[in-house]
Amino acid sequence: MSQPVKKEVDRSAMQVSDEVAIEIRNMNKWYGDFHVLKDINMTVNRGERIVVCGPSGSGKSTLIRCINRLEVHQKGDIIVDGTELSSDLKNIDKIRSEVGMCFQHFNLFPHLTILENCTLAPIWVRKTPKKEAEEIAMHFLEKVKIPEQALKYPGQLSGGQQQRVAIARSLCMKPRIMLFDEPTSALDPEMIAEVLDTMIELAEEGMTMICVTHEMGFARKVANRVIFMDAGQIVEQNEPEEFFNNPQSERTQLFLSQILGH
Amino acid sequence: MKMEPFVRTEMLSEQPAPLGETGVLKWMRENLFSSILNSIISILALVAIILAFMVLMSWAMQPSWASTSLSQCQDDPAITGACWGVINNRFNQLMFGFYPRVEQWRPTLAFILMLVAVAPVLFNNLPRKMMWFSVVYPFLAVILLWGGTIWGPLLVLAGFAIGFILFKVLFGIVGNLAAMLIAVFATLLWWLYGVSMVAEVLSGIIPIGLEPIESSKFGGFMLSITIGVSGIALSLPIGIMLALGRQSDMFIIKTLSVGFIELIRGVPLITLLFVASVLLNFFLPPGTDFDLILRVIIMVTIFASAYMAEVIRGGLAALPSGQYEAADALGLDYWQSMRLIIMPQALKISIPGIVGNFIGLFKDTTLVSIIGLLDPVGLIVTIQGSSDWNGIVWELFLFVAMMFWIFTFTMSRYSMYLENKLKTTH
Repeated sequence: MSQPVKKEVDRSAMQVSDEVAIEIRNMNKWYGDFHVLKDINMTVNRGERIVVCGPSGSGKSTLIRCINRLEVHQKGDIIVDGTELSSDLKNIDKIRSEVGMCFQHFNLFPHLTILENCTLAPIWVRKTPKKEAEEIAMHFLEKVKIPEQALKYPGQLSGGQQQRVAIARSLCMKPRIMLFDEPTSALDPEMIAEVLDTMIELAEEGMTMICVTHEMGFARKVANRVIFMDAGQIVEQNEPEEFFNNPQSERTQLFLSQILGH
Repeated sequence: MKMEPFVRTEMLSEQPAPLGETGVLKWMRENLFSSILNSIISILALVAIILAFMVLMSWAMQPSWASTSLSQCQDDPAITGACWGVINNRFNQLMFGFYPRVEQWRPTLAFILMLVAVAPVLFNNLPRKMMWFSVVYPFLAVILLWGGTIWGPLLVLAGFAIGFILFKVLFGIVGNLAAMLIAVFATLLWWLYGVSMVAEVLSGIIPIGLEPIESSKFGGFMLSITIGVSGIALSLPIGIMLALGRQSDMFIIKTLSVGFIELIRGVPLITLLFVASVLLNFFLPPGTDFDLILRVIIMVTIFASAYMAEVIRGGLAALPSGQYEAADALGLDYWQSMRLIIMPQALKISIPGIVGNFIGLFKDTTLVSIIGLLDPVGLIVTIQGSSDWNGIVWELFLFVAMMFWIFTFTMSRYSMYLENKLKTTH
């Protein structure tokens, strides 16, 4: 399950500042009668790299999807970059344009070329002129090392390439926070590395990141905090060294033994 | 035992497949003559096809093009089969109905301009500026086909401008929804009452226009195409709005859309056509005299758009929810994500269904013969009723069927071309 991260990680630019990027207070969510998230409290400072892990169904994806309101929470507060998430559409759009997201299944737009995928949101949401948006897009496509694929369609790329395009597409909006929802779970082992490398580079530049992932190698080397969730609650959170070497709760120990055991 | 390592030093070049493994020969051997029984069946079928073709040809190949009545065909010993004279003799009627001969350049011109107007919609490699003509074309077509003063269609066109300006002005004062409702209502009022009054005054001052032609003179393929093309062009956008309405989170919009779709889809088209021809005038404000063909177009459109909405809903349902989420996550608003992300894909998935509906709608225009409009099928009955052509059947129906087939087959081929063009995988 876990991929060893071969790349050397340069931690010099990874600075956690005192400024609060995301604050979640007593947040609760239900799907019908099912209580998915229970009393979530967490604060994310600018520059933090947080890995969220836990067994499936523990609510970790739902948690980060609440942060850009792909899911609606019913109780408690979520404050992103000083803007509170409510049903006010203006606030939602503002937050969404500040928060980038990558999905497990990439969710590229198959009817648009790679370049169009990347320029769409800057042109329509940020009102960037087309030419400028294309320059920005090419810049980020070069960064994820696939500028030569710009005129192809997503269906013509491998999974790893598609996920890197998805990352570039989010970056084109110049987000201040990036959310990753199991970005490598749908990939072949050899493609996982290329996506993780891209994410590491992003972390090295000081991006605030929350990643739901089972890549424990990534968590160890990049994260400054690991959060373990189970049954809709945060069970344990700690610095990676402590989290892996000295897990406190029984459930964390069990989870880690299963995930690292083989 | 020690294994000898094997390393190839030069690659083999490609060789042609053995004879009889490719092309026609292979196909025939696999599909027609794969066993003795299949070979026998194939040969019998071939003989049957040739015989049927010969019988058909000996009936169809007749020197009857010039005859002017059925009895002339029957009396001529050289003619033993089809009497094609009826097509020659009544060609004009089958095309234009009872549209006056001297004015027939108008529907012909309207048809040619229609091809120009739809071209940029169908083929996106044409210059986008041509779209402006496509927008103006409906009003031009109305002027050409019905004639009369040009002020009527122009004032209807002005209605859009009035609604838009009203919306812009009110937007800041009363908010989005109220401004929209008032603008729509005012535009409808203008169309129902304002247009006819102002048009009368204006045409009194500046009388420009063509000889007016009444709807009752319309007929033949001209009528089918008028109703069919209007229905097709209007039902797609309305169908899209209904499909989106049905998916909406807003209770009233959702209920109205579902109600409309289920009600209209649950009623036979004939019923709606009778409503158009008989009942509709009772529900309109007194004094408004709605043209019959216009009423039929409205009914055909709402009927087709109810079906269209369901076809498009199928396309929407086939899209993975990730597409909606990705559009949301990038900060696109509802209309942007529908227009740029969701609809292009949903419509692409629905192309076969949409074109199927178009074809069905075009063929359903023959139903207007039941309410007394002279479409090609209605004309067949009329022609059969004349003393010259009393008793003729096959030639007319074959001709009309062939004409419909040409139109519908064109649509079908276009949809295949479009599907191919929009393919974005390997």
